[in-house]
Amino acid sequence: MTIKPELQYSKDHEWVKKEDDLFVIGISDFAQDALGDLVFVNLPEVGDAVTAGEAFGDVESVKAVSDLLSPVSGTVAEINEELLDAPEMLNNDPYGAWIIKVSDVTATEELLDAAAYEAFCAEA
Amino acid sequence: MGSYVPSTEEERREMLAGVGLSDYRELYRDVPESMILNRPLDLPEGKSEMEVRNAMAELAAKNTVYKTVLRGAGAYDHYIPSIVKYIPAKEEFLTAYTPYQAEISQGVLQSIFEYQTMIAELTGMDASNASVYDGATAAAEAAAMCRDRKRRVTLISATTHPDVINTVRTYCYGTNDELLVVPAKDGKTDTEALKSMLNDGVASFYVQQPNFYGVFEDADELGKLVHEAGAMFVMGCNPIALAIMKTPKDCGADVAVGEGQPLGMPIGFGGPYLGFMATTQKNIRRLPGRIVGETTDHDGNRAYVLSLQAREQHIRREKASSNICSNEALCALTAGLYMATMGPDGMAEVANQSMAKAHYLEKALTAIPGVKLRYDAPFFHEFLLDMPKCKEIEQALMEKGILSGLPYEDGMLWCVTEKVSKETLDTVVSVVKEVLA
Amino acid sequence: MKLIFEKSVKGRKCDILPKCDVEAVQLPEGLMREAAPRLPEMSETDVSRHYTELNKQVHGVNCGFYPLGSCTMKYNPRIDEEAAAMEGFTNIHPLAPKSSVRGCLEVLDTLRTDLCEITGMDGMTFQPAAGAHGEFTGVLLIKQYHDSRNDKKRTKIIVPDSAHGTNPATAAMCGYQVVNIPSAPDGCVDLEELKKVLGDDVAGLMLTNPNTVGIFDENILEITKLVHEAGGLCYYDGANTNAIMGIVRPGDMGFDCIHLNLHKTFATPHGGGGPGAGAVGCKEFLKPFLPHSALMERPGSLQVRGFMGNFLVCVRALAYVMTLGREGIPEAATNAVLNANYLMSRIKGTFSPAFDRICMHEFVLDLSRYEKETGVSALDVAKSLIDYGMHPPTMYFPLIVHEALMLEPTETEGKETLDWAADVFRKLYELGKTDPEFMHNAPHHTPIGRPDEVKAARNPIVRYTFA
Repeated sequence: MTIKPELQYSKDHEWVKKEDDLFVIGISDFAQDALGDLVFVNLPEVGDAVTAGEAFGDVESVKAVSDLLSPVSGTVAEINEELLDAPEMLNNDPYGAWIIKVSDVTATEELLDAAAYEAFCAEA
Repeated sequence: MGSYVPSTEEERREMLAGVGLSDYRELYRDVPESMILNRPLDLPEGKSEMEVRNAMAELAAKNTVYKTVLRGAGAYDHYIPSIVKYIPAKEEFLTAYTPYQAEISQGVLQSIFEYQTMIAELTGMDASNASVYDGATAAAEAAAMCRDRKRRVTLISATTHPDVINTVRTYCYGTNDELLVVPAKDGKTDTEALKSMLNDGVASFYVQQPNFYGVFEDADELGKLVHEAGAMFVMGCNPIALAIMKTPKDCGADVAVGEGQPLGMPIGFGGPYLGFMATTQKNIRRLPGRIVGETTDHDGNRAYVLSLQAREQHIRREKASSNICSNEALCALTAGLYMATMGPDGMAEVANQSMAKAHYLEKALTAIPGVKLRYDAPFFHEFLLDMPKCKEIEQALMEKGILSGLPYEDGMLWCVTEKVSKETLDTVVSVVKEVLA
Repeated sequence: MKLIFEKSVKGRKCDILPKCDVEAVQLPEGLMREAAPRLPEMSETDVSRHYTELNKQVHGVNCGFYPLGSCTMKYNPRIDEEAAAMEGFTNIHPLAPKSSVRGCLEVLDTLRTDLCEITGMDGMTFQPAAGAHGEFTGVLLIKQYHDSRNDKKRTKIIVPDSAHGTNPATAAMCGYQVVNIPSAPDGCVDLEELKKVLGDDVAGLMLTNPNTVGIFDENILEITKLVHEAGGLCYYDGANTNAIMGIVRPGDMGFDCIHLNLHKTFATPHGGGGPGAGAVGCKEFLKPFLPHSALMERPGSLQVRGFMGNFLVCVRALAYVMTLGREGIPEAATNAVLNANYLMSRIKGTFSPAFDRICMHEFVLDLSRYEKETGVSALDVAKSLIDYGMHPPTMYFPLIVHEALMLEPTETEGKETLDWAADVFRKLYELGKTDPEFMHNAPHHTPIGRPDEVKAARNPIVRYTFA
């Protein structure tokens, strides 16, 4: 399992990267492995409000659907439309395949650094 | 008493002992004693197969089977080829469950894949689902699939079959969404009214083609208006008419649905029928119900599976857009079989003959003084006549073994299919003449 | 095998219709179809052979044991088919005058009377076309009831986490917020959890009893009483009625409305996924809210599909009820329960039942320990059964049991079939320990192996592409 040292992680297994004023969000390698082969991603629309701890979309495998829980509160500034046609990117390159970028962030969940996240995953 | 339990009393005793019980009552020991029905059911005694056959035949004999049916209004009496009656009765097709186990269900899955392709061809759309319950629920499901967070209102034309309007209204009542009926003008959707009702809260507009009065709507124009307002355009089509009529795709429809009963299903006092649903590539994942997809097995053989299941209730639970699961698979098989048997030319022939015969009857009846076509517009195989003495006409034709048009709003809604001969139509005309003389 | 489109030969056809005997009529220019649909062109032999080939690749109840839990795959009597094919039923127009359809109305009235007696209900509609459709109708009855009393604060429906997926989906379609409550370990309602969520915002409860693990909830009277005291109504999901018909009635358990799957309990065929019928019964006070056809019966009331429902399915169900009658109905239920218990007792000692106690008409095996030990999953066992000519049980349901296989033998199987099935399970239990690889690759004797579902979902091909 890969954990990128430069990223922060939520306990719901999303990663977060700050790019200027934007928060870039994706799912961790641990998450994609647990979810199995992903076949579709439901994304929010640009301009939608997201709330920390609440679903902003979901990912489908063949037999399951799992909510994507936002680690931050704010407004969706960009969505990764490539994922709509190629959801396998989340499996193949979880840290390259960002899902949404959030602006005007007003709150964040408790975020872990790489070491703390690794320990958290080991417990799970 | 009839029974389908194979075990003999002796075997049952053995099995009971095998479970470690001595009395059948002990099987129900979790059921509180006070609740157990302490009397026999108030039902007749069970019957032998022969007695059941006779009793059912007696019930069937209490109905009147008309030699000729000139009534449509949502249930169309087309000729059903013999092979279309026999094949769906094969026991494997008949008794299998939903094809979740693909390895032993390729027959059902492939038949649905073929049906999906035929519906896509017929409607011109990109993709079809495996069916829904009937045309009315297809309309309701279409309305649901077109709604999003911002656009919630559904519009439906007043020229739609009353059962369809009522069903869509009921589904909207379920989700607390609004349904507005766009008024009719001269037997067609009132385009001016539609324009005034469209706004950025409207999710979709539904029109029936040909509509409840048999009249062709100006579908292209309606579609254009709907799209200009950013809403989705849903067309409910007669599948026989589709063999010759401009496709929903060419009319700009985002979703095409309809009642599939004319595709080889008997009128059967209202069911089972078949709802078909097709849409554009963009909206495939919004389709409710089952969808069969093509894939391969580990040896690279072509294989079919129930696909895109994560849309459905057994996975998505309360977030599913519909709760639909089992619906009308055998009717879909029947429809596919019917279309394969008729072929493209046969389907067009059914449509053309129905339309020609309907026009023949319309012309002959409107030549009778006092009889008038209510809506003077191109129609398919149904037409609404203003005529007096509808009840008397119904009665007089009944005596000849003919089910007349449907008495409706002080007139009569007639339907003619390819089954009716010119000779019979001439008889109808003379009977009507007599009654009105 | 080839698709029907790949067998099509230009110019082939079946001769079905006579020549048109009236003058042809042309569609107006703008209304005409541009190109004909690419439907297959076939001779009648071609059609017959094609569908026969398809039919050979289907496992029906007639082919062999079909212990698919919660689906009640009992034998479908042929006499029921014969009745439903009678011209006096098939050729009846739904809008024919009442005087012409007395037989149809009598079929529905008789079936209604019989099924109300079996369930302890007072009224019933046959309009819903399937079980899930029946649930929708039933919960709409609840909604209308509260609306009629102007009780607008009830926004929630309680559903146990062991419920069929249709229950929460149905509640959502009726505009309700779904409150999932955790079940007790045996799948029964946890009374304390129920009490926690009951209040004046609860519209009702949806429940299956016997529940989805095949156990009769003995607290059922207490459960329905608590819901009623909170002002809610109780909906009975009739998927499991086969266990109890003629023995105990949902109406006597305190339920206000129910649905029955005529295609499960009353032996009408499943048809590869319908048509079935989801008759909805209710107590007297809900009768005014039952749906009607606007055109056929009366405008103004709710309606869930066109006309009166899947009538020809009702004909089959009536023939079935007529055959079994007063004694046969409870006899079927008792033997369904006996068969399930017998099969469970014969399998015990290999795969473990999730609940080792007397069950109702079905039981669940829990393969989680076996899977840990051997790497052989419930899916592997299910697929291996196929090679023995047995349809797999329901897999991975209910969700509260991991590696679940749910078996429902039904009453229409004899002792020797159950003995044979138990032997097959025993063999596979041993095989998994010695040759798990073989089971991972099962089935071995079917036209196709396990299909790649990921590929199907990632890149959906849902229609044939013409060359």
